[in-house]
Amino acid sequence: MNSTLAILAVLDGISYAALVFLVSVGLSLIFGVLRVVNVAHGSLYAFGAYLAATFSIKVAPVSPWLTYPALLAASIVIGVVCGGFIERFLLRPLYGRDDVLQLLITFAAFMIMDNLQRLIWGVQPIFAAEPLKLLPNVTVFGVNYTSYQVILLPVVALATLFGLRYFLRRTLAGAVILAVTEDREASTSIGIDARRVYFATFIIGASLAALGGALASPTTSLVPGMGADMIVLSFAVAATAGLGQIEGAALTALMIGLTRAFIIYLQPEFEVLVPYLLMVLVLLVRPFGLFGAVHVRKI
Amino acid sequence: MTTRIKPITAVAVIFFLVSAIAPLFVSSWATLFALILAKGVVVLGIVLLLQAGQVSFGHAMFFAAGAYTAAFWGKYIGSGDILLYVVLAGASSTVFGLIVGLFVVRYRQIFFGMLNLAFSMVLWSLLEKMFHYTNGADGIRVARPDLLGFSFTPEVFQYVILYVSLLIAVAAFCGMQRYLESPLGHMLRAIKSNETRLEYLGMSARRVLLIAYVISAFLGGVGGALVAMIQQIATPEFGFWTKSGEFVFIAILGGGAHAFGAFAGAAMFECVRFYAAAHLADSWQLILGVVLIAIILYAPNGLIGLRQRYSHSRKGEH
Repeated sequence: MNSTLAILAVLDGISYAALVFLVSVGLSLIFGVLRVVNVAHGSLYAFGAYLAATFSIKVAPVSPWLTYPALLAASIVIGVVCGGFIERFLLRPLYGRDDVLQLLITFAAFMIMDNLQRLIWGVQPIFAAEPLKLLPNVTVFGVNYTSYQVILLPVVALATLFGLRYFLRRTLAGAVILAVTEDREASTSIGIDARRVYFATFIIGASLAALGGALASPTTSLVPGMGADMIVLSFAVAATAGLGQIEGAALTALMIGLTRAFIIYLQPEFEVLVPYLLMVLVLLVRPFGLFGAVHVRKI
Repeated sequence: MTTRIKPITAVAVIFFLVSAIAPLFVSSWATLFALILAKGVVVLGIVLLLQAGQVSFGHAMFFAAGAYTAAFWGKYIGSGDILLYVVLAGASSTVFGLIVGLFVVRYRQIFFGMLNLAFSMVLWSLLEKMFHYTNGADGIRVARPDLLGFSFTPEVFQYVILYVSLLIAVAAFCGMQRYLESPLGHMLRAIKSNETRLEYLGMSARRVLLIAYVISAFLGGVGGALVAMIQQIATPEFGFWTKSGEFVFIAILGGGAHAFGAFAGAAMFECVRFYAAAHLADSWQLILGVVLIAIILYAPNGLIGLRQRYSHSRKGEH
């Protein structure tokens, strides 16, 4: 492997890691606060991607620059509408019930959304590369790459990471979320509405998944099954990091992104194997994840 | 206890009789019922683990292991036999279950589920990517096997495989009933209700769970081989996480409290899929999703729980 390929692999890895991080941090946040593994998370990612593509195809003729707000709008719409619906009508009746049922009802949401996706957007691949083409290419150590992927995506991911850190640790709303995570009963007794916190957290997590999808939509063709692939991958990242770990998810996403990128150039057939093998190895040694501890502070 | 289980046993007997006789009148039901019974066998394994309060979100790996055992035999060794496939699949998935089980029984709840998922995704990606051996996503065709030296036409074969599935399902069902009533079965339930006490009684919870896990892997493998023979193909999809989710879904649909729940759930699942796919084109998944939500929200004990609730309220117990 020569140096050009190595740099190419690093850039691939970074842009991929940025997308995976956005999705898995949403999953991790939801688990950290609600203690629910949201199986429909991958479908929120896919819906975000499809709606973003639909929006940007609509607005591109007016002005190509409008595609950026379109991506953001799509992810918020999906996060609020779909995420809000899942929390309010499916999960809320089940709090305090068997964990299996909570997990399984999000699986039902996954089945429904997977089917709806095929009914709404069809099975033909959809391309909407407008936002990608709009930004110029950059040259990194002699390698030409799109600045959308090596600058915009990592910047959004880092902004999300530090934004979430700031939100959770420095603002009142964040403190309220942490309080509910730490002890729901005690926080309810001092007047915090835990149900609203759950609702808001789920919407934030769902919006992050949809944002990941919306930002991914210009870089790849949208096909059925993308949601099912993404949920296991983001779950692998979140579980390897330790569920509920935000900074850990970022590092793990980077690690998995880079390993995968190098494997693609060296042994392409093992590309899909990498994240899961890593997950098995880490979980066997540390079931609480790389960055989790037995009694972790959950966020 | 006995008064509650007896009517269910009666329903189970009726169900097995219907699945033996009804396909004789409607030939398209032969494959449908064979699938119901084969999947029921797999889901029996999930129900078993549910007794201990554990949910495996990766059980499709044993299903796939069984299916691919049959497929590999056909691909590399030659013409096979139904019984040979079932035995080999049972053996390979038992060994596989023992290896994976040694690791996963150390964990509970979400960690148990997570580790199972991780193992199953490793198997899935190997099946998907080892193209030279597995044909990748296309899967391997499983040629119609013989039975004890007799070969069959497709029309006869669908009945042969139906009755083989029926025998295996009945055997598995009865065995499971016995197992759950045995001391080992009661210890398994104790893991759900109070694992610490079980340990205080001098039992190893890990060993109890490991035995159940290996049995459920065995059932998964046998069911996988049956489905591979019924559908005459084994694909990596058999080991994907959505398949695992489907099995857990069927278990909850039927009701995890009783062994018959596995078959009740499988019957409902496959019937909805069979008829929705025929009449409503591409929306069977949507319908099943809605059914699942309705079951979870309004009848969390599954179809069997519904029946129990009805009979309880009739007797005025509630």
